[in-house]
Amino acid sequence: MADTTPVAAGLAEAAIDDTQVAAKSRSYWTTVWQSLLRDPVTLVFAGILITILMSTIFADVLAPADPFKTNMVKRLKPIGTPGFLLGADELGRDMLSRLLHGGRLSLVMGISPVALALVIGGMLGLTAGFLGGKTNMAIMRTIDVFYAFPSVLLAIAISGALGAGIVNAIISLTIVFIPPIARVTESVTTQIRNLDYVEAARASGANAFTIIRAHVLSNVAGPVFIYSTSLISVSIILASGLSFLGLGTEPPKPEWGLMLNTLRQSIYVSPWVAALPGAMIFLTSLSFNMLSDGLRTAMDIRL
Amino acid sequence: MRAPLLHVSGLKKYFPIKGGVLNRTVAQVQAVDFVDFDVARGETLGIVGESGCGKSTTARLLMHLIRPDSGAVVFDGMEVGSREGIAVHDMRKRMQMVFQDSYSSLNPRLPVEGSIAFGPMVHGLGQTAARARARDLLAKVGLDPNLFIRRYPHELSGGQRQRVNIARALALEPEVLILDEAVSALDKSVEAQVLNLLMDLKREFDLTFVFISHDLNVVRYVSDRVLVMYLGKVVEIGDVDAIYESPRHPYTRALLSAMPSMDPDRRTDAPPLTGDPPNPINPPSGCRFHTRCPFAEKVCELKAPALRSIRAGGAQSVACHMAEAGSGHSKSSAEGLPA
Amino acid sequence: MFAYIARRILYVIPIALGVTVIIFGLVHIAPGDPLNAVVPPDAPKETVQILIEAYGFDKPIPVQYAIWLGRALSGDFGISFATGRPVAEAIAGGVVNTLILAAGAILIGMTLGCLIGAIAGYYQGSWIDKLATGFAIAGVSVPHYWLGLVLVIIFSVEMNVLPAMGMGPGGAKDWAWDQAHMRHLILPVITLSVIPIGIITRSVRATVAEILTMEFVQTLEAKGLKSFRIFLHVCANAAPTVLAVSGLQIGYLLGGSILVETVFSWPGTGFLLNDAIFRRDIPLLQGVILVLAMFFVVMNLLVDILQSLIDPRMARS
Repeated sequence: MADTTPVAAGLAEAAIDDTQVAAKSRSYWTTVWQSLLRDPVTLVFAGILITILMSTIFADVLAPADPFKTNMVKRLKPIGTPGFLLGADELGRDMLSRLLHGGRLSLVMGISPVALALVIGGMLGLTAGFLGGKTNMAIMRTIDVFYAFPSVLLAIAISGALGAGIVNAIISLTIVFIPPIARVTESVTTQIRNLDYVEAARASGANAFTIIRAHVLSNVAGPVFIYSTSLISVSIILASGLSFLGLGTEPPKPEWGLMLNTLRQSIYVSPWVAALPGAMIFLTSLSFNMLSDGLRTAMDIRL
Repeated sequence: MRAPLLHVSGLKKYFPIKGGVLNRTVAQVQAVDFVDFDVARGETLGIVGESGCGKSTTARLLMHLIRPDSGAVVFDGMEVGSREGIAVHDMRKRMQMVFQDSYSSLNPRLPVEGSIAFGPMVHGLGQTAARARARDLLAKVGLDPNLFIRRYPHELSGGQRQRVNIARALALEPEVLILDEAVSALDKSVEAQVLNLLMDLKREFDLTFVFISHDLNVVRYVSDRVLVMYLGKVVEIGDVDAIYESPRHPYTRALLSAMPSMDPDRRTDAPPLTGDPPNPINPPSGCRFHTRCPFAEKVCELKAPALRSIRAGGAQSVACHMAEAGSGHSKSSAEGLPA
Repeated sequence: MFAYIARRILYVIPIALGVTVIIFGLVHIAPGDPLNAVVPPDAPKETVQILIEAYGFDKPIPVQYAIWLGRALSGDFGISFATGRPVAEAIAGGVVNTLILAAGAILIGMTLGCLIGAIAGYYQGSWIDKLATGFAIAGVSVPHYWLGLVLVIIFSVEMNVLPAMGMGPGGAKDWAWDQAHMRHLILPVITLSVIPIGIITRSVRATVAEILTMEFVQTLEAKGLKSFRIFLHVCANAAPTVLAVSGLQIGYLLGGSILVETVFSWPGTGFLLNDAIFRRDIPLLQGVILVLAMFFVVMNLLVDILQSLIDPRMARS
């Protein structure tokens, strides 16, 4: 071996000992939480969302009246009628009670397709991204075909063929959201697959499954989850939109989109009562969007 | 000479370039083109060359992280990946690698402990034992386990992260460590500390190093033998003193002349390299260096020179027409380019 | 460049075929016998037999698909069993009416989106930026079928200044460029433009803000260029992104107008679709979806090609 060169040896002595300096330890989630606490707008919308979730979950307790009980005398009473805080619908049912109960189906129909698509699309994207090559080609080119439809159109096409019903609406929306989630997962996975720590894991002899479980999943989950939360906002609008077209829930079940559709006929009698269900859809969708944006900033994720 | 620990012969890797209307392969990057070399047990082989010459591809081929198009890597007498040789999985337990980018080579979501313990657990060590080994190794690379074991990569400095990477590579108790520009991204002062650490660890664990770097000073400091690569080819290989004191290939000489030295006696007057290296997609014919070589003649364009031993016992080999008597080059002799 | 465009065009073929496979499949995911999906329940026996042979329901599915595709390519989407008239005829009228809406909406969307987005990006962090960003998020979060209803309530029910339904006076089915017809256009176009305004504002804002941090802009500033000139430079650099986003929005509008057309009883493709769903008229459903999806595919292609012509770096990646 050659003698120590002046460069290496000299500097080694002069340098500050690098091993003694340690930053204050803060886990990733602590950092995320702290930056969320400094973001009042996101917190406000998170609060609204929690309120909406809670009031629909506890609708049975909170609702002042039976959402199915019709009352021909009280038909289309305006907002503020005694005993009917938010008015009554075209069959004289209490609007407040129906809005509280209606949120359940709207939320279930909006959230469950994204959750299902997250599982299916996530697995497809992970497989395509990690394996690459021909597998990637096969999966992603099929996804591209579904991408050739605008989402509303695809949802209506599948729902229209399957027929009305909650399950059919959920199926069709799941199919709508699989492609975008698979695409995002694939692109994030492909980026991560080429990073050195995945190479290092391969170099230590781990098989594909172990590497995905230990190294890829934890790094893909964050961005894909955040992306999915932003899709919930779209999903809620689409789900209620399907009901609005008569493709989702069937009467007399309360659901915001369906309520909007039936009350539409009565706008000349009781205009603002008819607008209420849509306002709820808007508020929920907006809250999911704002929360998703806030989380994305806090988690420092760029898609 | 004893059988080498690592024997590489005819290693070749071309990367296809897709293009055209049908996205067919229209060209190939000849990243590593029929490379042969040996590494003896316990020695440090330095690999130098400009960026894009195929150093890192060679490292990844050695680890079987990418598959070679052809050629063989023989580890301790057993061919890697062949039926009667050694399985890739078993080879990887005995040969490990440290990557250049200390940040991207650590999983940002895993604490230091998890990163180091991962390899041993893959190879069947229990969680408790693997964790104990991680603490042990962290101490060995000079980081206090109590202070660092729960840390995440973003909480460490570059030098600390590279120490963790070294610990991670050592966790499988390998015999060979491939260091792919492992200290290049570090500050000079930190680089020196990490280099000294590496030399200490080499002694302690009887390691064999393949040390890849573009920094000629560092390579001289750590290596026993040096391999010089140019556009995917080995142009010169030999003992470190032979290469640094009497380089025979014009490329090696040009590289060394461009090397900053604090010692005025070591400065040479050889012409420095001009221009960028040619495109490896369509490398020059014959000797790949002929487009930048001050001694290039007709024969250099026509014929690729073979790697020939010019000193006894493989102390120095060079691939140059000037080092082959009767090659057709006007300056040809058995010793090659005169000093 | 040429190779990229040629490859991009070739790539459309498998995509378009895939789209037809999905649309063809709609008949088969419909509950019950696929025959019932295309044959009216009250059709006489002879008609049923003719239809079975025409669609090839007695043949294997790939053959059925080939027959269906061949007919669709020649513009024959079958007979609507709601009206008894050829589907193609109905679609032709509907597409024109939908395009009128979409064109108006994208015009407003691009103008306002670029304007608001550029101002917000230029004065990043100011109150005007916060307002614009908030508006953009609201724009993409609003269920536009509800927004349409609210506009009707305000301008038709409460103020009674604009018509609420149809595309012309007295339920006219034909479009004319006169004031009476244009008044019918106002509410649906505003409703439909909210989403493109939101999306274009967001992307223009992000692009402008990003370009402003780039070194070449700072160099221009250092050279003492007036801020208006810098603004023009920034606009030129933001153009490809804006174009891409706007182009895609046209495609989305064609699909997205379905619900809005339902609200305003606008006799476009959305109205046709609504009709098809209500009457379970699968041939009509397939025809409308096919035409709209193909439109979207071609739109995507045009955006990609145009973008690669403006910014050659796109073609290389």
